[in-house]
Amino acid sequence: MSQAVASKGAIRQDSKAAHIIGQIVVYVVLIAIALFTLIPFVWMLSASLKLDREVFSYPIRWIPETFHWENYSLIWTKVPMLTYAKNTAIVAVAVTFIQTLTSSFAAYAFAKLHFKGRDVLFMAYIGTIAVPWQAYMLPQFILMRSMGLYDRLLAIMVLQAFSAFGVFLMRQFYQNIPTELCEAARIDGLSEYGIWFKIMLPLSKAAIATLVIFTFVGTWNDYMGPMIYLTHDANKTIQVGLRRFIQENSSDYHLIMAASVVSLIPVSIVFLALQKYFIEGIATSGLKG
Amino acid sequence: MTYFPGDPKPKKRMSRLERKNTLIAYSFLAPNFIGFAVFTLVPVVLSVLMSFSEWKGGALSSMKFMGLANYANIFSTTRVGMTMADKGFLAGIAYFFNRVDLGIALKNTVFYTVVTVPLTLVCSVALAIALNKSVRGAVGFRAVFFFPYVASMVAICVCWNFMLMKDGPINQLIMALGINFNKSWTADNTMAMWSIILVSVWRNMGYYMVIYLAALQGIPRELYEAATVDGANKWQQFTNITLPQLSPTTFFASVMLMISCFKIYDTVAIMTGGGPGRATKMLVTYIYDTAFVSYEYGTASAIAMILLVIVLAVTIVQFSMEKKFAND
Repeated sequence: MSQAVASKGAIRQDSKAAHIIGQIVVYVVLIAIALFTLIPFVWMLSASLKLDREVFSYPIRWIPETFHWENYSLIWTKVPMLTYAKNTAIVAVAVTFIQTLTSSFAAYAFAKLHFKGRDVLFMAYIGTIAVPWQAYMLPQFILMRSMGLYDRLLAIMVLQAFSAFGVFLMRQFYQNIPTELCEAARIDGLSEYGIWFKIMLPLSKAAIATLVIFTFVGTWNDYMGPMIYLTHDANKTIQVGLRRFIQENSSDYHLIMAASVVSLIPVSIVFLALQKYFIEGIATSGLKG
Repeated sequence: MTYFPGDPKPKKRMSRLERKNTLIAYSFLAPNFIGFAVFTLVPVVLSVLMSFSEWKGGALSSMKFMGLANYANIFSTTRVGMTMADKGFLAGIAYFFNRVDLGIALKNTVFYTVVTVPLTLVCSVALAIALNKSVRGAVGFRAVFFFPYVASMVAICVCWNFMLMKDGPINQLIMALGINFNKSWTADNTMAMWSIILVSVWRNMGYYMVIYLAALQGIPRELYEAATVDGANKWQQFTNITLPQLSPTTFFASVMLMISCFKIYDTVAIMTGGGPGRATKMLVTYIYDTAFVSYEYGTASAIAMILLVIVLAVTIVQFSMEKKFAND
């Protein structure tokens, strides 16, 4: 008996040392990878405050000799960043609004109503999630051009607003809400629209938050869509605008980096403020998807 | 609304109540479905049709059926066939993968996928396991690792491009280590592909880390307690408990990653433009160039079908395997 206790104590001491070493290893690895992850952003920030010729100086200087804040005012005169940002904000807000509203509406029908053809329709939605957008972007483009949507922000809005993913995400969530709640409300005389508005919508705040964030970030960062559809500078979104700026001033490294930093600010704020929803959204929708 | 096989079948005509309910349901669906049908469903059907025809847009009646001509074109069947006849079957295959655009794009995309998927998964599992051990500042670390995933592609790709330039910081570091590589990565035939892989792994590992973190939290603690009692060390616990318990997640994550790797466009378009030469030409860059640079819509649609078939095949495998996992 006493022998067993003694050996247990030895193990504990052993494992305590192992635990401390383990912790140290974990921190070293984490910090190393965190540096690897952050270095491009740090370099970007540092280059954005340097002079053109200092960007690639050897050896590399992480903190600029003098901070050239004027780079940040220069970019606004060289490139209509404000127009780009405004266009992107309009698209992102419109897409987020239409997407969230229509997909929560449709998801309610799929999750809680019985009607003819429900399963067939839902299969059509699910089926297209598996079809990559790049496989049908061309006929979509031809179709939209024939509707007069070429080079219009509206094209980017409708491109993103009716995704099957939104409907799928919301339906998954609604299915976990007990049907008895809806039935009780029906007996109390609430119409289906009333149930959607007064019961489902308030209960699905978490799902809506996830959808809103993903839609907003996706739209803000979308590159290929705007690249295909938008040609006039006045219509460009921030990603394609930034790209144009890079192509036209390819050796103004410091200004390109300053513009890049500016383009990152809005998503960074959204991310930092709402990262909890991001992480939870991926963890749940990613696993169940 | 349940009825038993022996019962008389329910009347075919809907009752007024049923009809009213169906109408209400349709009214919920309509706003989304109309947009979905016009901008997704119709284009999906059209893209299949277009791959077998020539169409420049305009009225559908102007669509000219071409049979398999577009496919013969992208597979360059005449050239490949001639090489096969001249130099044998294998020489024909080699010709396809070394000279034909589609062959090169397929080879590059598959290479990129085969390297990126395991690299990303290893990094994300490692990060998830490290973060899962109650470390201080876990939330901060998690945010840092995840951040590249939300950062816009143009900004990060151009930044990596600069960092990988001839006199850039990465080459300075390599030189300091005594390796003499005095070239811009994205302008080098082999390194261009590796710079795209590097950026992809760097960007995606945080996303899959989050998925793995959720999975790790689902592993029952008793398993580890039992293993400790049986005297298993940490490494044995990792290989015998953690990895097997994570395998459904690993499977799911690798499928998701594979699909997203096959669709790669942004990184390539911004960093290398498919170059140097055709060294980083991918399936989607090939579709884009054919459709929006040379305006060969039929050909582009045929390439798109190749992408579609690959992605659907992967998805179907996923579905059948998931059933297997569920039964186990």
